[in-house]
Amino acid sequence: MSRALHTTLSTALSLAMLAGSGAAFAQDAVDDDGLSAGGKLLLTGGVTQVEGSAGGGLTPWAVIGGYGTRDEIGANAFYTQVNLDDYQLQSYGALVGFYDRVELSFSRQQFDTERVGGALGLGNGFTFTQDTIGVKVKVAGEAVLEQDSWLPQIAVGAQYKRNDQAAVLAFVGAQDDSGVDYYVSATKLYLSQSLLLNGTVRFTRANQFGILGFGGDRNDSYRAQFEGSAAYLLTRNLAVGAEYRTKPDNLGIAGEDDAYDVFVAWAPYKNVSLTVAYVDLGNIVIRDDQRGVYASLQVGF
Amino acid sequence: MNSLTRIAFALLIAASAPAFAQQPAVSAEEQAILDEEARLDAEEAALDASANASDPTAPNPAPAFPELRPVLDDFGGEAGLAALMETFMAGLLADPRTQPFFANADQVRVKRQLTEQFCVILGGDCTYSGRDMRSSHKGQDIDRGHFNALVEVLQVAMDKHGVPFRAQNKLLAKLAPMHREIVTK
Repeated sequence: MSRALHTTLSTALSLAMLAGSGAAFAQDAVDDDGLSAGGKLLLTGGVTQVEGSAGGGLTPWAVIGGYGTRDEIGANAFYTQVNLDDYQLQSYGALVGFYDRVELSFSRQQFDTERVGGALGLGNGFTFTQDTIGVKVKVAGEAVLEQDSWLPQIAVGAQYKRNDQAAVLAFVGAQDDSGVDYYVSATKLYLSQSLLLNGTVRFTRANQFGILGFGGDRNDSYRAQFEGSAAYLLTRNLAVGAEYRTKPDNLGIAGEDDAYDVFVAWAPYKNVSLTVAYVDLGNIVIRDDQRGVYASLQVGF
Repeated sequence: MNSLTRIAFALLIAASAPAFAQQPAVSAEEQAILDEEARLDAEEAALDASANASDPTAPNPAPAFPELRPVLDDFGGEAGLAALMETFMAGLLADPRTQPFFANADQVRVKRQLTEQFCVILGGDCTYSGRDMRSSHKGQDIDRGHFNALVEVLQVAMDKHGVPFRAQNKLLAKLAPMHREIVTK
């Protein structure tokens, strides 16, 4: 844990420094009608969740990523590092939000098994790489401005994921090396309470987000999973919150637990946000209680 | 002869001048009354015009929420709101996204009416003298980005005046739905 913590803190620090240097660029952009034209309010496009969709850290929200209003196109790029006790996960990618209606995203997750890979005979540092293409469409409601209604903004989405380690996945009992998650998200900013709430139902066959493939010997069908987020706004550019994400448990040899995190999201400038979280992913293959620090940097407009 | 005529003319004018000068001096008080009457007429006409321009189907631009009275206290009451509007208007004029909408406006009136509007919404003992939100923003081609830009400038102004963030959000929650009347593009 202490090693994981140390690595993650240095990652967070470098991200913060990167954010600092990005900030000068962002400030310039504010004066220039071009790049910072995105007219959404600060942080209301969310941050980027681990599979590349706009949301919290673990779960997609119904918001369309980027700062584009219904008259504009917005976009952002992200880099996320999760250092667990026995594993490391990196995720990076980009998304484009079209007219606050449609979001397209592409991201890559790299899951480094470190010494567990050696213990399993795969070799130290054996890494699963997964590419995810996401699409999300806002179908109803308005999360931010419709403050006289409790009705949330609702979006439907899909994430197509493809893992590069078909042989290993087959060995652990996964049925496929690719799969599609479908989800419905409802998100609302309850401004009078300074509270943002999100609920997502995801239909999925993915094992550990897809890192361990799709479907398994214990179950091979789509199961509905619940994901929830709550964020409390402390200031205009600072929010704290928590998330919970249930996951299937399809593989006989690799029990899977629910995931949760508590996070702080900070936007020092409109174009830059930094999210740091404490995350618990539970058991992953032969290692229980995988906890650690999650750090994510997002830049966009 | 010619020059004689001219002199006679000059004399005539000189003689009549005091009478001319006398006239306004005598009626200065009357003139003031006339001016005041004209001003009142113009004001009445303006009020009539604005009454004619108002949209009876538009929602109440200043609904009162008596339960928000403590929030008004967080803003420093009506005086606090009036002070806030000075910073707010300066911000609106400094921001290129909002400047075009306010540069040529009657800024004194806008500040006064915003103070009244916010005061009424926050349960204060004020009266809103402005028009409904649909009429007052008609034809200005305001889009979502402009609307949000104004919100951002207001947030910065409220921060500068030390309004607690939670109190800011309680006010913004009441203002946000007005996007339906204000945003027309």
